[in-house]
Amino acid sequence: MKELKDVMLAREAQSEIVIGNSALVRAMVEAGTRVVAAYPGSPTPEIAEAIKAIPRKERPFYFEFSTNEKVATELAFGASINGHLSTVFFKSVGLNVAADSFVQLSLMELTGGMVVVIGDDPGANSSQNEQDNRHYSQLSYIPMLEPATPQEVYRMYLEAVAISRREKMPIILRLTTHVCHAKERVSFGGWKPLEFDDKPRFSSENGPYVPITREVFPMKRRALNKWEKVREYASSSDLNRIEDNNNKKRGIITTGVPYLSLQDVLQDLDDDRQNKPDILKLGLVQPLDKKLILSFLKEHQEVKILEELDDVLELQIKSLAFDEKIETRILGKQGIEDWMGEYTPDKVARVLRRCWPDLLPKEETEERSLPISPRPPQMCPGCGHRSAFHPIKKALDKHDITVADIGCHTLGFLPPYEMGEVLLSMGHSTNTGAGLSLFNDERKVVAFLGDSTMFHAGLPGIVNAVFNDHNLTLILMENGTTAMTGHQDHPASGQNFNQKVEAIPVRQVLEGLGVKEIYETDTYAQDRLQEMVEQAVSSSGFNAVIARHPCMLKFTREQRRQGSYKDKKVKIDQEECVQIHECVSDFACPTFQLEEDGTVWVQDDLCIGDGSCLQTCPTRAIVFAEQGGGGDE
Amino acid sequence: MSRTQTIRNNKLDLYLIGVGGQGIGMLSEILIRAADYAGYPVRGVDTHGLAQRGGMVVSNLRLGPKTFTPLIREQQADMVIALERNEALRGMITHLKRGGELVYYDTSWQTLAARLGQEEDITADRIVAEADKLDVSVERVFKEDLEDARMQNMVLIGHLADKERIPGTKPEDYRQAINDLMRGSMLEANMMLFDSLVNQG
Ligand SMILES: Cc1ncc(C[n+]2csc(CCOP(=O)(O)OP(=O)(O)O)c2C)c(N)n1
Repeated sequence: MKELKDVMLAREAQSEIVIGNSALVRAMVEAGTRVVAAYPGSPTPEIAEAIKAIPRKERPFYFEFSTNEKVATELAFGASINGHLSTVFFKSVGLNVAADSFVQLSLMELTGGMVVVIGDDPGANSSQNEQDNRHYSQLSYIPMLEPATPQEVYRMYLEAVAISRREKMPIILRLTTHVCHAKERVSFGGWKPLEFDDKPRFSSENGPYVPITREVFPMKRRALNKWEKVREYASSSDLNRIEDNNNKKRGIITTGVPYLSLQDVLQDLDDDRQNKPDILKLGLVQPLDKKLILSFLKEHQEVKILEELDDVLELQIKSLAFDEKIETRILGKQGIEDWMGEYTPDKVARVLRRCWPDLLPKEETEERSLPISPRPPQMCPGCGHRSAFHPIKKALDKHDITVADIGCHTLGFLPPYEMGEVLLSMGHSTNTGAGLSLFNDERKVVAFLGDSTMFHAGLPGIVNAVFNDHNLTLILMENGTTAMTGHQDHPASGQNFNQKVEAIPVRQVLEGLGVKEIYETDTYAQDRLQEMVEQAVSSSGFNAVIARHPCMLKFTREQRRQGSYKDKKVKIDQEECVQIHECVSDFACPTFQLEEDGTVWVQDDLCIGDGSCLQTCPTRAIVFAEQGGGGDE
Repeated sequence: MSRTQTIRNNKLDLYLIGVGGQGIGMLSEILIRAADYAGYPVRGVDTHGLAQRGGMVVSNLRLGPKTFTPLIREQQADMVIALERNEALRGMITHLKRGGELVYYDTSWQTLAARLGQEEDITADRIVAEADKLDVSVERVFKEDLEDARMQNMVLIGHLADKERIPGTKPEDYRQAINDLMRGSMLEANMMLFDSLVNQG
């Protein structure tokens, strides 16, 4: 087997097929990065997987999953002002959590250098929005590089490090979902391990580091000067480049994934190079290289700004053209659709057709209708969250209000459960629930919260509910892991990224925060959970129910790895089944399949034989199948 | 020019589709590495939804020099390779070109709508009927005596290798790819299955 570790640590220059996230880690190794911190979130978790592939003893840098993105950012900042090259990574919306400290970074002399890697998610493939984090670059005066391919991820991280160390300023590397996950053969350089200087070099003389009153302005001035220096630097680097197709009429300014899509779409007119617009591909997306853009504008009669999500480039380029009295027709967004979704090749073709109807050959796709509904993600067979939602739904009146939070349990909002009807962001649930409880003695309020999320952003809200005596029930969906993003450990797991540690038990945290009324049960005890919730919602004030069951996907994977997995299944006793269909319609484990004549059967590919379904059948027709062949490894 | 030559000079788009948990990641890793060993420039991307399991998952695989983005355009894939019957239908209709090829493993994991009785169940015959409308050739793959459902992806791999569905990509290229990606008892079990599938004909 080819080990990812060998790719990450090879001394010689090499090439390998990797995803963008792995290419990034190799770049960290080569660059001499010393401290890396993160909080999990798609599309970035595989960065940590590549880090994990390097055994801790051989890992040339420190890595941790911090409790949230703000903590991770501050940790990386602290390391940087001590002289260490640092990096922090997280998903798009993670930047909102980090923002309070993140926006200060450009004011600081980051003596060791620091790169902020953001995984944006145009298309909202696995996020609650598709926010355009290029705005944060402008807001904070932190320059932003945007690679389009895994090869560029590698290259631009090294470039970001070079700029960051030279100017002692933070640099953002903005990845998007299909750059993180794109696979190709990437060429890496050699690696010579550095002798690190571990001397703690923090000194206030490198500062100032305390931006209070009169200090703010020199610090801000310095930040703006650095920003301008990076703009200047762009002219002498090849981060931005022009593809000259000798077209005097039409040009396109673009970046990242839209650039790749554009290249593919333009192949449709390969034979007729006359038509092919010139392309200016930006790698440094903030600040803009004004000189280059002005000359590109001047050389064309029409320039299309092909940018995903918001009109960040468009506004700046139009204002530049206005100041310079440039006549070129600048074509930007043309309606709301252009602001939405990922710029896949299909999308780019649509956008270009609207902009220049004569450019592309006639649309060739035909009308086709799909006879099946979408297949959204769902809770796994055996999931403890399903065993929780089933009785909780019974415990509540249908007018009661259930507040969702972020995690696998969010999927409870889907039919048939429909538990968790409103969602903002990680950790919002207790507080949105508290707001819903005001002037409300008619409808009970129940908030759900995952265990990783509790530590991430849930604690202030729980304290608030106790402190201000709010009237709601919090249900802690404790599965011992950060399941949705790929099973990262959290403070109650008893293990961090690097070693075993003492767990910080969820119950003790709640008690320590002053929650007086706490119920607790394994969710497979569905009747018990139902009684507890009935009791909790009927008493007044703030209380909590810990609905606990280990993540079964993680659990069975671990068992398989250890060879202790028992291949158990359930089956339907067709003699006993009277087709009430509670298993398919209400409990709805995906294992249960329904024939058109009403017969229910068990899909053995899916069943893990956990048996949480047995209790849901009114006629007890779900039974364990005879034991199969035992462990399968 | 032979068909292999034509493809080598242009592109071959493989659109892989299945349900989370079926092993589409491994399927796609093996294919991309086998094609690389066969000398194709390769590019790919997996697009996962939210959770690990239960939702539709897709992997795009693009071979040949004439590709830039890893994302395959709608109705332009040369081949759809599916791990599940319902998703085979979905992949064919959304991404396969008219006259393309569909290869699918015939297991069925019903969609929620089908399980709630709101939607007709998709049969193998239905797939053929829909394929006919698009001049698509269908290969249904199924192994009766397969003990471990997690090796359905390997049954597909064996089929593709045996029939040389990726022109110029030989069983040996697949073996190298499998060797790169697995070890221990997992490697043994999968290689044994693979060998049994390619040596038949
Ligand atoms: C600010 C922010 N950071 C990260 C994420 C990515 N994310 C989605 S769900 C989740 C954690 C869920 O873990 P937990 O609360 O334990 O619930 P579980 O999935 O285990 O049920 C994370 C980190 C996010 N949506 N928002």
